[in-house]
Amino acid sequence: MNVSIKDSFKKDAIYSVVSWIALLSLYFIFNDHGIQDIITKVAILGLFAMSLNILIGYLGLIAFGHATFFAAGAYTLGLFLQSDFIIEYNIGSWSIPIALSLSVLLPGILATIVGVICIRLREIYFSFLTLAFQMIFYSLILALVGITGGDQGLMGGFPKPPFLGINLGIHFHFYAFTTFIVILAVFLMRQIIESPFGYGLRMIRDNHERPAALGFNIRSHQLLAFIIAGSLAGLAGSLQALLDVGAYPEWAFWSKSAEPLFMILLGGMQTFLGPLLGALIFELLNDFVSANTRYYGLILGLVILIFVLGFKKGLLDWIVIRGRKN
Amino acid sequence: MEVLALLDCLSAPACLLSQAVGGLKIGMLLFLVASGLTLIFGVLGIINFAHGILYMLGAYFAWQAMELTGHFGLSVLIGAIGVGIFGLAFERGLIKRVYESNLLIQILLCYAVILIVDDLVMIIWGDEFLSSIGVPEIFQVPPLFIFDAVIPPFHLAIIFTSLLIAILLWMLMTRSRFGSLVRAAAINPKMLEALGINTNFIRYSVFVLGSFLAGLGGALAASERSIVSQMGNSILIESFIITVIGGMGSIGGAFLASLIIGMARSFGAVAMPLFTDGLMFLIMVLVLILRPRGIMGEKK
Repeated sequence: MNVSIKDSFKKDAIYSVVSWIALLSLYFIFNDHGIQDIITKVAILGLFAMSLNILIGYLGLIAFGHATFFAAGAYTLGLFLQSDFIIEYNIGSWSIPIALSLSVLLPGILATIVGVICIRLREIYFSFLTLAFQMIFYSLILALVGITGGDQGLMGGFPKPPFLGINLGIHFHFYAFTTFIVILAVFLMRQIIESPFGYGLRMIRDNHERPAALGFNIRSHQLLAFIIAGSLAGLAGSLQALLDVGAYPEWAFWSKSAEPLFMILLGGMQTFLGPLLGALIFELLNDFVSANTRYYGLILGLVILIFVLGFKKGLLDWIVIRGRKN
Repeated sequence: MEVLALLDCLSAPACLLSQAVGGLKIGMLLFLVASGLTLIFGVLGIINFAHGILYMLGAYFAWQAMELTGHFGLSVLIGAIGVGIFGLAFERGLIKRVYESNLLIQILLCYAVILIVDDLVMIIWGDEFLSSIGVPEIFQVPPLFIFDAVIPPFHLAIIFTSLLIAILLWMLMTRSRFGSLVRAAAINPKMLEALGINTNFIRYSVFVLGSFLAGLGGALAASERSIVSQMGNSILIESFIITVIGGMGSIGGAFLASLIIGMARSFGAVAMPLFTDGLMFLIMVLVLILRPRGIMGEKK
């Protein structure tokens, strides 16, 4: 067991570095801000969808409030960078790294509180409870106008001071930094999913009685997975806030939780990178449809119907299953 | 939060009464929509996330009928029946195919239908707000003043109509052969089928009934509010809350929960206008934590 984990660690590390270099070269191949920004957005949305898939694909928990943590990360970053704290303590160039760390930490704490309460319930009741917490969070954002800006969102922008030679004001720096952070997060997620803990999650998904009989603490596994998923969604949200230089209450609305579900459906939930592929399809679809027609919902809805009633599984799942058969 | 404003209102008969009637009206309209949702879940085991669009379509159909006929009662009825027919097509065409699928697939199917229908409505009726269809002539009278509270008679009419429908629904479910079959189908559909009953028929008639009720709610609501394709979203969320609080599958529970939510909305608007929605979800969270099966839900 130990040997195989070490091996895959090395392999995954090489894959990660190679894909980062590949993404960096893509930046120069497509010398076009439009395409480069699509890649950045796909990276962020992909991280969001993959974090949710820890719960859906590996643990079998249909969490319907995942955008809570996405929005929590976004608002944490925005509010921290706008705060007087930075000037008062003269944090200056460290403000971005600190803001990002807080955007993982605070959503993680929030996920701990929400998770402790939610995982006591099963199936649809679990889904409803996560949804209810999300809508409370959404209502709070709207109600606390003085802090969050209410329904206008976090306005006024925030500074992005350079750190370690990285200036996020420069387009290429932003691209390289975002893709690096996302790849790093995906790499860590991979290690978690392939660890004994990760296999524990799959066992709980497939059978509730067996792990319990083996003396496995199901609740603590579920809670830990919920916290990890929430923290990573927070990271994705904070990157989105950096990109848009703001945060918006819609990011905490229930439809924002439906988006990663859709990406998971598009890409596939049984393969590790499925949701990332789903995010790519989603973003391309979004871009293409909104550029060419006013009837965005009509097209998107028909695509979902095709996947739900036709393929019944994500694209990458479908490819992998086909590959195994041949 | 403005506790003082709430206390002021509770201690003044005028405010108390007008908020209570307002809450009753909201609650009864919500019941029409939520009872269908809970009925569909109880019998079909499906969470109809697209229930909001049935309400919205009810309003649009009624508006269109009003344009053509100019008769209020007829338009409301056409709106409700139209949505019933739409529900039949929706169940036979799409929902039927995902009975055995997991929750994720069901949610996404409904999400797709919401997106498609919202856009179709926009194509047919435009994306501007449509004006309300108005109150029928006999109710176009000055409001009643009871203890200084301003109470439009039409609100009382809506409350009594909805109450009447609630009673009819209750009698249908408890006193008729159809009701017994529906309740039996909720408990053990296989057994029912073995006894030679067409459970397919029960399934889609329940779906049609639920759609009809939601359409009726939308058509009645259209009498006073402007009509827009997003109007189903908030009603959907509220219906969920009611279904969960009342106990999923329980019509009596939905009735009680509708009253609770109606009052929470009406008095919440006085006490904490910005957090009324949050208040409803807070109630839902408390119920889910303390009593997951809801006020009147059966233990499984």
